[in-house]
Amino acid sequence: MNKARLMQGNEACTEGALAAGVRFFAGYPITPSTELAELCAEKLPKLGGKFIQMEDEIASMGAVCGASLAGVKSMTATSGPGFSLKQELIGYASMAEIPVVVVNVQRSGPSTGLPTAPAQGDVMQARWGSHGDRGVIALSPGSVREAFDVAVHAVNFAERFRTPVIILLDEVIGHMREKVVLPEQDDIKIINRKRTTLSPEEFEAYKPDADEVPTMMPFGDGYYHHVTGLMHNHKGQPALDGATTKEVLSRLHTKIERVQDEITLYTEHFLEDAEVVVISYGGSARAALTAVKAGREQGIKVGMLKLITIWPFPKDLVQKVAAQAKKVIVPEMNYGQLVGEIERYVGLGKVVPVNRYDGHLFHPNDILTPIIEAAGGTI
Amino acid sequence: MADIEKYLRKSALPHIWCPGCGNGIVLASMLRAIDKLQLDQQKTVIVSGIGCSSRASGYMNFNTVHTAHGRALPFATGIKMANPELNVIVITGDGDSTAIGGNHFIHSARRNIDITTIIFNNSVYGMTGGQYSPLSPVASKATTAPYGVAERPFDIGVLAIAAGATYVARGTAFHATQLTDLMVDAIQNKGFSVVDAITQCPISYGRKNKMGPAAQMLKWQRDHAVPVKAVSKMTPEALRGKFVVGELHRGVAPEYAAEYDKLIESLRVKGGEA
Repeated sequence: MNKARLMQGNEACTEGALAAGVRFFAGYPITPSTELAELCAEKLPKLGGKFIQMEDEIASMGAVCGASLAGVKSMTATSGPGFSLKQELIGYASMAEIPVVVVNVQRSGPSTGLPTAPAQGDVMQARWGSHGDRGVIALSPGSVREAFDVAVHAVNFAERFRTPVIILLDEVIGHMREKVVLPEQDDIKIINRKRTTLSPEEFEAYKPDADEVPTMMPFGDGYYHHVTGLMHNHKGQPALDGATTKEVLSRLHTKIERVQDEITLYTEHFLEDAEVVVISYGGSARAALTAVKAGREQGIKVGMLKLITIWPFPKDLVQKVAAQAKKVIVPEMNYGQLVGEIERYVGLGKVVPVNRYDGHLFHPNDILTPIIEAAGGTI
Repeated sequence: MADIEKYLRKSALPHIWCPGCGNGIVLASMLRAIDKLQLDQQKTVIVSGIGCSSRASGYMNFNTVHTAHGRALPFATGIKMANPELNVIVITGDGDSTAIGGNHFIHSARRNIDITTIIFNNSVYGMTGGQYSPLSPVASKATTAPYGVAERPFDIGVLAIAAGATYVARGTAFHATQLTDLMVDAIQNKGFSVVDAITQCPISYGRKNKMGPAAQMLKWQRDHAVPVKAVSKMTPEALRGKFVVGELHRGVAPEYAAEYDKLIESLRVKGGEA
């Protein structure tokens, strides 16, 4: 059994990725994510892996795409402005179906904003930041230990579904230190890319299998194929006709939609009889849980759904949880991002946004007050 | 005659290039160089950016990546680092490599990572219909320079040398045999290599600049190319408007991917002793 360690969220996220088999990291310094790069620079060569500090954020994203095509599990890390710069190539990774993990330790924006203050500014950027339509997986851990577990899941999901996976950390989780006991390496479930059983002549790099995910063969193994950001046929060659476009674009969504339940990670708290439901995620969820417990102590039937999987948005789960509720309270450290999605599936009338966007993390009272109001009480 | 057809992905042909385009000549030179060196097809990766020339990767029967505009070198860097056994060759255009990809170009040279970059240099953005690039000559006409280009171009050879590339050469589509030889040397160099391959775009550049059809543009290349050996005997006046062809630079420096592997090995040894 591993010993308890005092560990930072960014560190746990790095450890999780390494445990899941990441052996290539390319990055560019940016607060508050830099610890991920620093740790990878130290640890990867000891594991036989590679670290490179690239000339900019875009280059980092390109390098992880390249390394992944060569068969190595790859990750980069950044924060809001760098996440914006990476978006074109995140879209490339979606289109060319390259497994990569992109950690975004979010901060406040727009622009340089508040570089060292907590915020959840990139929830929608994770979904819509790159041009065009595509399915997206984004996970947001709410504790240091969860940062480790989420990193393992992110690597596994990326490899299994051949898609970029975004880890939405925030400065609260990324820089916080908590006591954690990490799992033994043997107890960690690791998913590796499937390999084809076909001969190189028969192999088609973008022909989907039954799970809608094409089998990926690394460069250098004799399975020549073309990779492009253009619409492409099963061979990977440019094909710009309507039928191909529709097939590819549909599949980039449905290969993720079809596993929605399996990849929806969340925790439930006091939901059994809850009339007021708090839905939160990441650093906000910590203050929210304290507020929920305080509400319970006051006799309020309040519970919480903490989302870890943000995208694809777990609409069925949210609808189920919200069905019994009179009010749904959504605390976020932004001007209101995921709340729009919740309103879309729960209805405007029930949903109460609670936003903090002054660069400070939530105080539990920020959330307890609307809980009491939602329960019909007075403060 | 070398059998270079086996290096072509026939199912991806015909190509998209215009009649008279020089890209096919440069591509053929590349394939002849690959054939001369007998590079292992399975261990060779071709990476390109976006633009007319970057479509060449799709026509080549190797592991090929047609990346995003300007980003071939970062992808190539990741590929080379992940598997240093692979021969990594980048195909890029003048706009792709020196404008949107300029930062990656100088930093790849600085690292001296073992990647060969072939610049299909036609002085223009052809795919988008003829805009000026950082390699368009002063006063040349383009759709975005209707009164002539007012900016000075890069000397891409000097830029590559200054940034740390350990092999730099320039050739032309006209001097196709020499171009092949330069590419052979570039690929053999264990470090960052650049071949500036001057090629003609009769449709988007030639017409606008009254250079005539493709054959006449090829003759222009012949008449304006000065061999490296002849430069020292020529006056600055005689060199004006001309460009130098041949091997421009050869240097020795540590190669990045190999250096990183040494680091891994040293840590392994240290770890073993501990």
